[in-house]
Amino acid sequence: MNKATQWKITITLVVVALSLWFLYPSFQWYTKSAEEKQKLQQIEDPVIEKILKLGLDLQGGMRLRLEVELDKIPEDMEANEAMNRALEIIRNRVDQFGVSEPLIAKQGLNWIIVQLPGVSDAGRALDLIGKTALLEFKLVSDQTIGEDEEAPEGYEILQGRESGKKYLVKKEAELTGAALDNAEVKVGGNFNRPRISFTMKNDSAEKFKNITELNVNRRLAIVLDDIVQSAPNIKERIPNGQGIIEGNFTMETAKDLAIVLRAGALPAPVKIIEKRVVGPKLGRDSINSGIKAMTIGLIFILLFMIAYYKKSGIIAVVALLLNIIILFGAMAYFHFTLTLPGIAGIILIIGMAVDANVLIFDRIMEEIEKGKTPRVAIDAGYKKATTTILDANITTLIAAMFLFQFGTGPVKGFAVTLFIGILASMFTAIIVAKTIFDMITSERQIKELSI
Amino acid sequence: MRFLRNISIDFLGKKSITYIFSVIVVVSSIVVTFTNKPRWGIDFTGGSLIHMEFKTPPDIAQLRKIFNSSGIEGAQIQKFTNEKVVMVRVRKDYENTLDEVKTALSEKLKNNKFEILRNEMIGPAVGGMLREKAIKAFIFAFFAIIIYVAWRFKGGIWGIAAVVALLHDVIITFGILNFLGLTVNLPVIAALLTLAGYSINDTIVVYDRIRENLKTHFKDPLFKIINRSINETLSRTIITSGTTLMVVIALFLKGGEVLHGFSLTLLIGIIIGTYSSIFIASPLVYLWKNKK
Repeated sequence: MNKATQWKITITLVVVALSLWFLYPSFQWYTKSAEEKQKLQQIEDPVIEKILKLGLDLQGGMRLRLEVELDKIPEDMEANEAMNRALEIIRNRVDQFGVSEPLIAKQGLNWIIVQLPGVSDAGRALDLIGKTALLEFKLVSDQTIGEDEEAPEGYEILQGRESGKKYLVKKEAELTGAALDNAEVKVGGNFNRPRISFTMKNDSAEKFKNITELNVNRRLAIVLDDIVQSAPNIKERIPNGQGIIEGNFTMETAKDLAIVLRAGALPAPVKIIEKRVVGPKLGRDSINSGIKAMTIGLIFILLFMIAYYKKSGIIAVVALLLNIIILFGAMAYFHFTLTLPGIAGIILIIGMAVDANVLIFDRIMEEIEKGKTPRVAIDAGYKKATTTILDANITTLIAAMFLFQFGTGPVKGFAVTLFIGILASMFTAIIVAKTIFDMITSERQIKELSI
Repeated sequence: MRFLRNISIDFLGKKSITYIFSVIVVVSSIVVTFTNKPRWGIDFTGGSLIHMEFKTPPDIAQLRKIFNSSGIEGAQIQKFTNEKVVMVRVRKDYENTLDEVKTALSEKLKNNKFEILRNEMIGPAVGGMLREKAIKAFIFAFFAIIIYVAWRFKGGIWGIAAVVALLHDVIITFGILNFLGLTVNLPVIAALLTLAGYSINDTIVVYDRIRENLKTHFKDPLFKIINRSINETLSRTIITSGTTLMVVIALFLKGGEVLHGFSLTLLIGIIIGTYSSIFIASPLVYLWKNKK
């Protein structure tokens, strides 16, 4: 065995060993039960960082694109500042909602991407994230106004949460949600219903004391996103900055409102401009059908290669299996996400990867037909096929590259598996398969090649 | 086992027939695309998609009636091989389609419970961006491929001929998709772009052989060299297309509803790509070089 072959064996073994090493955590992870996974997630076990992640289309979950309405931010705030603030607040809300491994990122000028794996109750999550949650305390006017009358200077008309009810309130808020120190759900009141009890920060509590003192016997409206939740009468001054928001809450909506109040208001309303929700059932079905298609495809190819190329076909099969291991290993190492189109990419690669071997084997056959010995034919076949393989595969790599550049979400996953798969197929065909041929032909003289 | 070895079929001699055939098919594909407008998915138009599974197979006509009477206009309803599963697409941009569909069905179709498998809502701004990105991906990939092929083969005609063959494949595949009324969404575009790469791949293998034979058989006329090259690479062309088709068929049959459009696009495209790399790409080079 010459030096070059020894080198190739070493490289092959290293690449395969590394791939298996990178895959081992994923293998461990996906064979665990749901409870064990949850436990590890709670303690934020480092293994989670190392596993091959599944896209939202496979594990179920929600992906949102939000547009921050920058024309509605406060005048003294810059666009960039508003975006960062919005990002921070949404992150706070999501954290309190309790989603494992969410992704929240700014995109472009005024977009925010939110990915919530495993969340299937889209309505609730949307409420939580999309709500501006601007809490304001506004004094209610003593005046009453008629149906079509306009609000007087400095005042505005707001809807109540009961339909049809209207309030005339001072335009300028006495205090906003920024004054809150804490908010939590308490059950109480006349009907023993969930409501939100809040505590203000020290300086705001002082301010609140003054306001209530000056306005005894007037009503103070508690306004959330321009809807009056309640407008209790101020009976006496309130010294400790504590209060209660009543509303038509269920336990869950009250809990979510407490979350958004604690996390703070968004600097401007956000609009949902893209929403993709995949339920857990479809995700599971997709994985199952993907695995099924992959297995069937693989078996077809393996049988065909062995039937057509005989013993040399076995070499191609080994190359193909290593190709798949390397592909998954690289995906895990580079932290790529496996999506449904990504699985399709792998299936496609199984069919396309043998092309490099087909090119080589056909060349070897031609050389043998010219009367060359197996040893010489293999070398000549490889030499002639290598440039063709490079030339032909580079165009697919170009297509995959631009798909990755311009693709979004799941399609990116396809581009990734296609790209890595093609690279791996060149490696396994040109290096690995050649090494096996060399090992076989260097040990003993082979008169006839099984091809 | 050996097949398609030591054969010599006169592919180039049949070029007038295959050219007329291809021109007719390409022209019809363009006509179909213009008359039978592509059904752009909501990825590009904006709108809503609701993928749902009913307890028992629903009656599509009844669903349509319910939607129409509930003010959900222009809903496209797609059936699947699993008859309980239905996909509803509404190309209107508003956020409440899902709620409206849910309310309408729970009011008017009480005896058939349903589960939402997947739901998408895409605003017009995002649709516009995705459209722009898809077009950019296509244009950049095309030019990159032309430049690469022209550079590797030291002459513009190889690149141009390869791209003409590629366009031929993409146009015909797209035409057939439109003829079948398939919805063109992001995965379908991804499949078309993959096809572009695949089609060129096949062509390059033949070109590589022509280039090699031009050196080793320089005394032979070009006609003979090209024919010989196509014949020599024929078994590889068929085997690779065959193995790729095998996996794509597996994907089409077993890969689930979500990827149907994607795998169908590849299925059609690979067949046409194989045809064009034998009958279109190399004869084009001959036509050009022979003129000079």
